[in-house]
Amino acid sequence: MAKLIRDFKVLNNTKITQDYFILELVSPEKLQNLMPGQFVQVRIDGSRETFLRRPFSVHDLDYDKNSIKILVQIAGKGTEKMSKLLPGEILNIIYPLGRPFSEPNKGENILLVGGGSGVAPLLFLAKHIKQLEINPDILLGFKSQQRIIETEEFEKYGRVFITTDDGSAGREGLVTEHPLLLKGKYDRIYCCGPEAMMKAVVSLAKSRNIFCEVSLEHLMACGIGICLCCIVKTTRGNICTCTEGPVINANELLW
Amino acid sequence: MVNLSFKIGNLSFKNPVITASGTCGYGIELEDFISLEKLGGIIVKGMTLKPREGNPYPRMVETPSGMLNSVGLQNNGIEYFEKHIYPRLTGLDTNVMINVNGSTIEEYVELAERISHLEKIPAIELNISCPNVKMGGMAFGTNPVTAREVIKSVRKVYSRILIVKLSPNVTSIEEFAKIAEDEGADAISLVNTLLGMAIDVKKMKPSLATITGGLSGPAIKPVAVRMVWQAAKTVKIPVIGIGGIMNEIDALEFIMAGATAIQVGTALFIDPSVPCKIITGIEQFLVERGFEDYSLLIGYINKNF
Ligand SMILES: Cc1cc2nc3c(=O)[nH]c(=O)nc-3n(C[C@H](O)[C@H](O)[C@H](O)COP(=O)(O)OP(=O)(O)OC[C@H]3O[C@@H](n4cnc5c(N)ncnc54)[C@H](O)[C@@H]3O)c2cc1C
Ligand SMILES: Cc1cc2nc3c(=O)[nH]c(=O)nc-3n(C[C@H](O)[C@H](O)[C@H](O)COP(=O)(O)O)c2cc1C
Ligand code: FES
Repeated sequence: MAKLIRDFKVLNNTKITQDYFILELVSPEKLQNLMPGQFVQVRIDGSRETFLRRPFSVHDLDYDKNSIKILVQIAGKGTEKMSKLLPGEILNIIYPLGRPFSEPNKGENILLVGGGSGVAPLLFLAKHIKQLEINPDILLGFKSQQRIIETEEFEKYGRVFITTDDGSAGREGLVTEHPLLLKGKYDRIYCCGPEAMMKAVVSLAKSRNIFCEVSLEHLMACGIGICLCCIVKTTRGNICTCTEGPVINANELLW
Repeated sequence: MVNLSFKIGNLSFKNPVITASGTCGYGIELEDFISLEKLGGIIVKGMTLKPREGNPYPRMVETPSGMLNSVGLQNNGIEYFEKHIYPRLTGLDTNVMINVNGSTIEEYVELAERISHLEKIPAIELNISCPNVKMGGMAFGTNPVTAREVIKSVRKVYSRILIVKLSPNVTSIEEFAKIAEDEGADAISLVNTLLGMAIDVKKMKPSLATITGGLSGPAIKPVAVRMVWQAAKTVKIPVIGIGGIMNEIDALEFIMAGATAIQVGTALFIDPSVPCKIITGIEQFLVERGFEDYSLLIGYINKNF
């Protein structure tokens, strides 16, 4: 699929918690086909602090409206500026980027595991999987009840299980301590979240011999395979997470 | 119509806008965004004889108006290029050039010699200025004795167009420009990245796995313009200006400082279609100011101030 640079228009900017917001962006033309796990590179402005583009996973999309949604956690100067965008403003993006999650087969048992801003690509994935007539289990980890995001959205597509570090909602502890991950019978696990979480999930999946893919958030300069900054060490050597990822099979990672 | 073409030795370029090594992959990666044939030339990523893994992650960090990188010449080596990439580039109507690297003089020489057999590669850019490798690279280019030796040795085996890429991490750029000219380089290109460093204060550790890296982007432009100006006053061979060029105004700044051509690097990460915008922008400037040939602007500052 050819990559495009396009001026998208902000349709709405919805604050969902203190640190998270969702931007809905409309393409100036027919939206290109996008798959779960793929991402876009957003140009914020030309200022000295936000010089490079910022990568964001596709959280949801609507081909009728030609729009995509990105779920953004305020993490620094760029995301802070994005949080202030108003409807009608223009955001230049490069898309579609990266390799998507692999497609599950009909009848398989699927588990999605996410935490923090890592839930972003999983909603689009859950929706896609549901369209394949599979009801995935969705396990989401948060710090506390106040930090919980998007669970109602996920409930549309599968059974949602929650853990919180402090036990203020769902099960107390980490996702990797949850019985679903420890004992659940799954054919595939898809995971996106903080690196420590993904590492733990990968090691569990490997030990239980379950197919597992994770979506990495590596530092990127270009997002299109020309700078070689975004690499991860794999069984195939150093590969660019922007073109060969961000979704990587657990068995290839040297974690 | 205004003229944008120029020559280095007997090699013609259709315009002075070239994509910089290490920032445009093998060129192919840009094809979604621009037609490569519009470019004056492409310098493919830094190549070595053998494949190189490069440095560990993290390899980049954004800094004010720029970035540091420590990629460390990750590439698949010449054999991979010959087999898989070269056939895809040979039909292109633009100058595809290779950035040549080595850890020893022998490696530089062997690679240059091998490339001389690739008929459709009309020029090499000898990189004696990479700050991200322990052996070779900048170590050659910041020492007058080894710089001279490596250029001389490569010149002996490589008869096509030889461009020498200089490091800004020296006290006197004139000295190295002169050495390149004396040893028979057909052109010099400058600057490579400036050696820099950043610390993640919150995590209390260096931002790059290698601690230091190469600074690029608009942050280095004034330094680069100054060095191009100094080098262009010193040598008669063409100077190719590099460093923080984001648009046609930046490009014209280098040309007025004495550059015959320019390279676009980091700007490609933000807008991979920018080289074409720069070409049109230069054209427009010439038309508006009534110049028929961009070469009238080369070194304009040296002639008039
Ligand atoms: C493929 C991919 C998909 C992503 N999807 C999402 C998403 O859907 N939602 C979301 O909230 N975040 C996502 N991220 C992380 C997001 O890109 C960063 O949080 C964001 O770039 C921070 O920018 P900033 O200017 O606010 O922070 P700053 O810290 O000021 O940024 C400084 C530099 O570091 C980079 N950077 C900082 N944090 C990260 C990070 N975690 N990952 C990669 N680069 C980073 C920035 O891009 C920038 O170059 C994704 C990252 C990648 C690589
Ligand atoms: C990620 C990255 C990789 C680079 N790799 C090379 C390389 O392999 N060989 C080389 O001669 N220069 C390399 N450079 C330097 C650029 O070609 C250029 O000289 C420098 O970045 C300054 O120009 P800019 O500010 O326009 O980027 C690299 C620069 C960057 C940012
Ligand atoms: S971010 Fe530049 S190659 Fe992946």
